[in-house]
Amino acid sequence: MSEPAIIEISGLTKTYQVGDVPVHALRGVDLQIQQGEFVAIIGASGSGKSTLFHVLGGLTPATSGNVKIKGRDLAGMTNAERTELRKTAVGFVFQKYNLLPTLSAEDNIRIVQYIGGRPVGFSPEFEEVLRLLGIADRMKHKPRALSGGQQQRVAIARGIVNSPAILLADEPTGNLDSENSTAVLKLMGDLNRRLGQTILMITHDSDAASYADRIVRMRDGRIV
Amino acid sequence: MLNNLVLANLGHRPVRTLLSVLAIAVEVTMILTLVGVSYGTLDGTAERARGVGADILVRPPGSSVIGLSSAPMSDKLPAILMQEPHVTFAMGTMVQPLSGFDSMTGLNVDEFAKLNGGFHYLKGGPPVSDDDMIVDEFYAQQKGLHVGDTVNLVNHDWKVAGIFEGGKLARICVKLPVLQALTGNPGRLSQVFLKVDDPSKAQAVVDALRTKYKGYQIYTMEEFTSLLSISSVSLLKNFIGVVIGVSVVVGFIVVFMAMYTAVLERTREIGILKAVGGSSGLILNLLFRETLLLALIGSAVGIALTYVTQWMMKHSVPASLVQETVYGWWPIATGIAVAGALLGAIVPGMKAVKQDVTEALSYE
Repeated sequence: MSEPAIIEISGLTKTYQVGDVPVHALRGVDLQIQQGEFVAIIGASGSGKSTLFHVLGGLTPATSGNVKIKGRDLAGMTNAERTELRKTAVGFVFQKYNLLPTLSAEDNIRIVQYIGGRPVGFSPEFEEVLRLLGIADRMKHKPRALSGGQQQRVAIARGIVNSPAILLADEPTGNLDSENSTAVLKLMGDLNRRLGQTILMITHDSDAASYADRIVRMRDGRIV
Repeated sequence: MLNNLVLANLGHRPVRTLLSVLAIAVEVTMILTLVGVSYGTLDGTAERARGVGADILVRPPGSSVIGLSSAPMSDKLPAILMQEPHVTFAMGTMVQPLSGFDSMTGLNVDEFAKLNGGFHYLKGGPPVSDDDMIVDEFYAQQKGLHVGDTVNLVNHDWKVAGIFEGGKLARICVKLPVLQALTGNPGRLSQVFLKVDDPSKAQAVVDALRTKYKGYQIYTMEEFTSLLSISSVSLLKNFIGVVIGVSVVVGFIVVFMAMYTAVLERTREIGILKAVGGSSGLILNLLFRETLLLALIGSAVGIALTYVTQWMMKHSVPASLVQETVYGWWPIATGIAVAGALLGAIVPGMKAVKQDVTEALSYE
């Protein structure tokens, strides 16, 4: 018997109200992602991929349909329950890094441990991950003292420090040059293979998507 | 960990942090200075009253504890009071309020000497002519007066005849009949000091006098000086209450502005914290810790600033305003500042809590 998917999405819809006009961002998405998969969701601007990212990450509620992450159904979750989900089950990597500018790289990671209720401090295994990401010697620096590539690696380290069920990455190379993009994508691949980290990457770039095990295409709020 | 973020946030905007701290400091200084001056004024009055050396004080009906604005008693009253059992001596004075907290006292210097040995002159001597005036060392220092100088008070030119050691009766003294005539109060007195044969019987004498001279404010000196406290002077109590109210409003507005701006400025950061699982409680906790730290630092600076105001008063107006350090009010003023600041952080805190995560993350 095969293991249940770590992410199960069925009939997912999301409609935004822009003034009096309803905007149907997701129109019935069905998708399953297995534990340890590295999946890229690719689509043009307006295809609904960022909305899917927000719903999966518990940042915004779905309009209808079901989304289960590690067996927990997001449908009907309260704000507090979605906050708990983000704390324990999901890690994020954003296009604009979204590091706290006043904290050092190390504290940007540690605060996520603190929020997640984990002991604050890096285990030898995590120190190894930092070395793999190439930022072990940059931990005392604040984001403004780091290059874009380094900031994104810190963001990746922050995203996985609490060992989430899934790492969600939204255009992780969108603000990087090609050299740094390649490095970051390779690192994500390495993390997926070495740690078995499940990764769902949203991108509009087919080159970036090629680093994933599986590519899912979206258009007009549907998977095609 | 959260404290690291609090310190980092406050350090990130040093000017705003400094201004918030200073505003809270001014609030605390305002309270402590007012309370310190109130205590200083009352204690100074009490000290000078004790320095008279009398056992009993008789004041006109309806007079206030802290000041005398009229002279309604007849100058025949001391002679009448001296007929009372146990009263060995009586001396009347007239008090004429001047600007601010200053007042001028008319007295008979020889009679005053019978009460306590008289003034101790540091320079010059007692008033001889009708235009002579004697002042205490603090008033002389404040006004830069020397023996022989001329001062115009109550529309009259006075010559400084002597400078005496402070702490006795008043700061400015002139001859009683002259002041009575100048102020249109011939034969009138503001208060009468009594000496009794046995000070331990002063209270019994007061009780007897109160029965006989109904309406007059009659106290033992001990009782009178104990009445010179903020809680006994309703005017001061109300004034301090108003200043505290204003201080709370000032603290509220300052912190409201500072934290509201901080929340707007940190929209994205708050969104990041929420995205990684930060609860509403954590966001509020963060803002309240920042506010609390601002209020505590502001209070400490405010307390330190009271020493500056104290120094300034001591060196510029030592006779008019004396500011004491009232340690018991430090925690009260700090509590008031913290309460005002935390109130000011509530609305910005709620705004931060209500921010939508996805909108906050896209905030530029």
